[in-house]
Amino acid sequence: MGRDKDVVKIMLFIKFIAGFLSGIIGGLGLGGGAVLLIYLRVFENSPQLKSQGINLLFFIPIGIIAVIIYFKKGLIELKTVLPLAAFGIIGALAGYFLTRIIGGEFLGKIFAVVLIIMGCTEIIKVFLLKVKEKCGKMKIE
Amino acid sequence: MIAVPVLKKCGLDTKKAHANAVAVILPITVFSAFVYMLKGYVDLKDALAFMPLGIVGSILATWLLKKLSPYILRLIFAGFMIWAGIRMLLK
Repeated sequence: MGRDKDVVKIMLFIKFIAGFLSGIIGGLGLGGGAVLLIYLRVFENSPQLKSQGINLLFFIPIGIIAVIIYFKKGLIELKTVLPLAAFGIIGALAGYFLTRIIGGEFLGKIFAVVLIIMGCTEIIKVFLLKVKEKCGKMKIE
Repeated sequence: MIAVPVLKKCGLDTKKAHANAVAVILPITVFSAFVYMLKGYVDLKDALAFMPLGIVGSILATWLLKKLSPYILRLIFAGFMIWAGIRMLLK
């Protein structure tokens, strides 16, 4: 019986770490949404739709704090943001109906393929940037 | 990945584009999360454990941003994405 409590504590600790890493990587602009989603799917074997739901909820407090900070810095342009957000909500509805049609687990496979493609493109982009940098330095000399 | 380029096309500079991207994504996320909870896909308590340190991590990231090499980070993360994608496909 005591061991069950230990397992729960360990799982909770791991979730703290996963949330923390997702926060950092997301905050660095590296696609933190993917981190939590990957953790939930791969390590917790959580169903695709539930994982996506957790990912959405996770972002909300972080997003609220970020927007408040940006707003105070005068960076937010509501006249640009509001129409885009409105269209986005319509898009989200469309996405939801699409998901109903194709099913959560198949959506998961699509996500997996997208991840692989994104990962490969990222690697290519980084190396292209490094090459550009080196060429730039050579020209100066 | 979509909001930032679109905002740049709207005439915003990089810094403003990233800031307003969050402002655009936030209501969409709230709406989506609401639908997911309504449909029973997810419950608030499922996500609770991740949130507190998530907030801490993202605040830490804003400080960290200036200090880390972007190349190494992107490479590590890219490798991670590919590994994860392959794992998920093979399940």
